[in-house]
Amino acid sequence: MPPMSDTRFSGTDNYVATEELMMAVNASVTLGRPLLIKGEPGTGKTMLAEEVARSLGRPLIQWHVKSTTKAQQGLYEYDAVSRLRDSQLGDNRVTAIGNYIVKGKLWEAFESDEQSVVLIDEIDKADIEFPNDLLLELDRMEFHVYETKEIIKTKHRPIIIITSNNEKELPDAFLRRCFFHYIRFPDKETMERIVDVHFPNLKPELLREALESFFEVRDVPGLKKKPSTSELLDWIKLLVAEDIPLESLREQDSGKAIPPLYGALLKNEQDVHMFERLAFLHRRNNAG
Amino acid sequence: MLVDFFYKLRSAQLPVSLTEYLMLLEAMQARIATVSVDDFYYLSRTALIKDERHYDRFDQVFGAYYKGMEELFDEVVGEIPEEWLRRQAELMLTEEEKKQIEAMGGFEKLMETLKERLEEQKGRHQGGNKWIGTAGKSPFGAYGYNPEGVRIGQEESRNRRAVKVWDKREYRNLDDTLELGTRNIKVALRKLRKFAREGAAEELDLDDTIKSTARNGGMLDIRMVPERHNAIKVLLLLDIGGSMDDHIRACEELFSAARTEFKHLEYFYFHNCIYESLWKDNRRRHTEKHSTYDVLRKYGQDYKCVFVGDGSMSPYEIAYPGGSVEHWNEEAGAVWIGRFLEQFPHSIWLNPKPREHWKYTQSIGMLEEIMRERMFPLTLRGLDQGMRELKRRNA
Repeated sequence: MPPMSDTRFSGTDNYVATEELMMAVNASVTLGRPLLIKGEPGTGKTMLAEEVARSLGRPLIQWHVKSTTKAQQGLYEYDAVSRLRDSQLGDNRVTAIGNYIVKGKLWEAFESDEQSVVLIDEIDKADIEFPNDLLLELDRMEFHVYETKEIIKTKHRPIIIITSNNEKELPDAFLRRCFFHYIRFPDKETMERIVDVHFPNLKPELLREALESFFEVRDVPGLKKKPSTSELLDWIKLLVAEDIPLESLREQDSGKAIPPLYGALLKNEQDVHMFERLAFLHRRNNAG
Repeated sequence: MLVDFFYKLRSAQLPVSLTEYLMLLEAMQARIATVSVDDFYYLSRTALIKDERHYDRFDQVFGAYYKGMEELFDEVVGEIPEEWLRRQAELMLTEEEKKQIEAMGGFEKLMETLKERLEEQKGRHQGGNKWIGTAGKSPFGAYGYNPEGVRIGQEESRNRRAVKVWDKREYRNLDDTLELGTRNIKVALRKLRKFAREGAAEELDLDDTIKSTARNGGMLDIRMVPERHNAIKVLLLLDIGGSMDDHIRACEELFSAARTEFKHLEYFYFHNCIYESLWKDNRRRHTEKHSTYDVLRKYGQDYKCVFVGDGSMSPYEIAYPGGSVEHWNEEAGAVWIGRFLEQFPHSIWLNPKPREHWKYTQSIGMLEEIMRERMFPLTLRGLDQGMRELKRRNA
């Protein structure tokens, strides 16, 4: 067994991790098993891998999965077409098949001299068989290259973090080999800490008002897309940049129910429309 | 002890396997979780549960199994800090009760007795009137009714005990028999995907490349084919108005999810049952009608037909000519549905009413019979079964 890292992940100076998330990360790091992360969009799934890598001081290897990605591409690709072309042009390189093997992200991670963090991002985007094709590789952390007949073994079991947006269900056999964590939408307390990490010099009153309007917006029933953490952070960035006075945030209680610069929070025409209608009703009620 | 827990989870129909159980044991051995029950809860959840829809059920099993077992953890952790007990008591007691305590010798005395008891007590205890436990008459323990009682280990305790985490049941909404968001529907609808090649050439067609290279006398001739796209065709028929008003939201979500998911989606509205005309815009239902015969002729057998409706109506509306509540229909609703089933062999009926209620409405039973049992509730699981049904008949 290669030496395991004895450092524990406990969040970083710009990432707030809940206790349950830390437990999941540490379990996966210690046992060298992949960690599967799910959660609402904008709750920092992808960022987690970056922060784990940073806090443990490991290199990060990112593998972004698309609908056309094949599992094999993570291991290696044999570029038969360019070999065929070279053979027709009489290139000398053509004799060694190794010249046409292109290493994939997992190969890179397996042969790295220090333990690395591998992010397999949005695994659910790929074909339904994708996770099954990686079972053995993630379990034993080794694979066989047919073309050169060599076996690539890992030197240091990488920390593997996989994210999913739930677009496809993952096969049971795959799930059984992972630790799993669902990042739930942060509560007010956690959200304060998150904002604090990103905007350390924010005036407390502004933070309070902004968070209040934010959670109010989220609580509006019937929104097509509820604003997420990353949208809140963008919004606050705008509020600070535009130097919006506190009063205009407060004003909405007494009349205009639409927070300033709401475009950062509401991304859907219907939502904006509904909000404006609610604001109108609100005004009318207050007037009457 | 842990094995019991494992079997409890299995009997709650959580798909936990031996691999995961061994993984949990390995993690415990590696001392990832320390002695706190909180840690153990998080660790066992991350190791055993692989789907947030199961979190709620896991919380319930965990809560039920570990009720009363928290003491095991407490014993390891050590004694209860006196400061907490004091704060606890102050919070719990009314002014009157506090006076009674004074009568007993004051708070100090009470705490002293409690400490003695704690030392005397060896195991968990329930009932009786001296030991610390639950439901007893002793001044110490939970759920007691001695006015000078001190509550230990109850849900509402102020020391933020771990038990709160699962008592909260925050993941209730994610249980798959309950919520049905657009996103969930999309996931279910995706089961219906069938890919076919369409559009611009993007992928290498190896077979064709080899063939044409050979024909080319060995000079490379690369051939490309279009990428594959979802080629499933769906005809969606939605019941609207009347008793369906309660289910509008669920249907809207189904509709918007279906619209983005399929390239070929046609939809029509009907009221209660299918008759000779359908419509596309509910506001102009009386002016812009589509003849049902036209619909039947226009869309080919390869369309998959999905009816969505609560099927709650008078039995006459299905069985007799002239039974419709809105107009005079020459032919019975059942005849029309039969025509659809004939034209579209892959048909299902989705019902937004919970399955348990179906048996109380006669018309639903009739429809189920006409559909030959292909009626499914509009929950995630029901959708899943429905999609599987559509796919199966496809093979």
